[in-house]
Amino acid sequence: MEEEKIKKVSIICSKGSLEGVYPALILANGARMEGIEASIFFTFFGLDAITKKRMGNIKVSTVGNPGMHIPTVVGSIPGMSAMATAMMKKTIAGIDIPPIDEFIEMIHEAGGKLYGCKASVDMFKLTKDDFCEQVEKILTVGEFYEMSAGAQIIFT
Amino acid sequence: MPTATFGNHQVEVNDEGFLTDPTQWNKEIADAIAKEVNIPELTPKHWELIDYLRKYYTEKNDMPSIRFLKKNGIIPIKDLYSLFPDGPLKKASKIAGLPKPYSCV
Repeated sequence: MEEEKIKKVSIICSKGSLEGVYPALILANGARMEGIEASIFFTFFGLDAITKKRMGNIKVSTVGNPGMHIPTVVGSIPGMSAMATAMMKKTIAGIDIPPIDEFIEMIHEAGGKLYGCKASVDMFKLTKDDFCEQVEKILTVGEFYEMSAGAQIIFT
Repeated sequence: MPTATFGNHQVEVNDEGFLTDPTQWNKEIADAIAKEVNIPELTPKHWELIDYLRKYYTEKNDMPSIRFLKKNGIIPIKDLYSLFPDGPLKKASKIAGLPKPYSCV
């Protein structure tokens, strides 16, 4: 029996770190490249990726991140996260992956939809105006499930 | 190696239907593949990109990324997706007789 192809994905982006945001963006953009319908629901600190004031300043976490292979005490030295972020951004640019703001624009132009989570927006006392113009709408969790009908839901 | 017949042309393809030898390609083959991937007619706009991809591949032996196409003013992302819906770069490459693009962005 041939497996049915994925037609639609709903990606939840819940983290505001560089390593938290990129997977969601790559999954969404990659879905569009394959002709798969894609939307991203930004929640909690994930909202930083679409918040105008913050999206240009997303950092790698150097503390409590075993993948960084540096001891937490070293990772907590002031400037470590900025340094690691600068290094990682350079590597990312080197393999032709766009910076976050450009990536969001690309996904939008490719027909991917971007949404903010209402509970988080209220919690952080934000409004629609705080988000980049590519953000379609602020959704309640109920609306998120509604628009995810028939989709695979991916939590990042 | 499987073969596919487009009109009077028999060409070698891989199991996803991409031509394995870009030099076997011609415009009739492109028209036939386009119909197979649900693009009933190739307009001059389609050809502009197909010709560009062929030229790029001949020169660099590689495929450009969607980002490259946008940044270098070859085609806006929106137009790319509306001309070649449902997997634009993959479809365009297939029609152009080129290998499937191997990139995550």
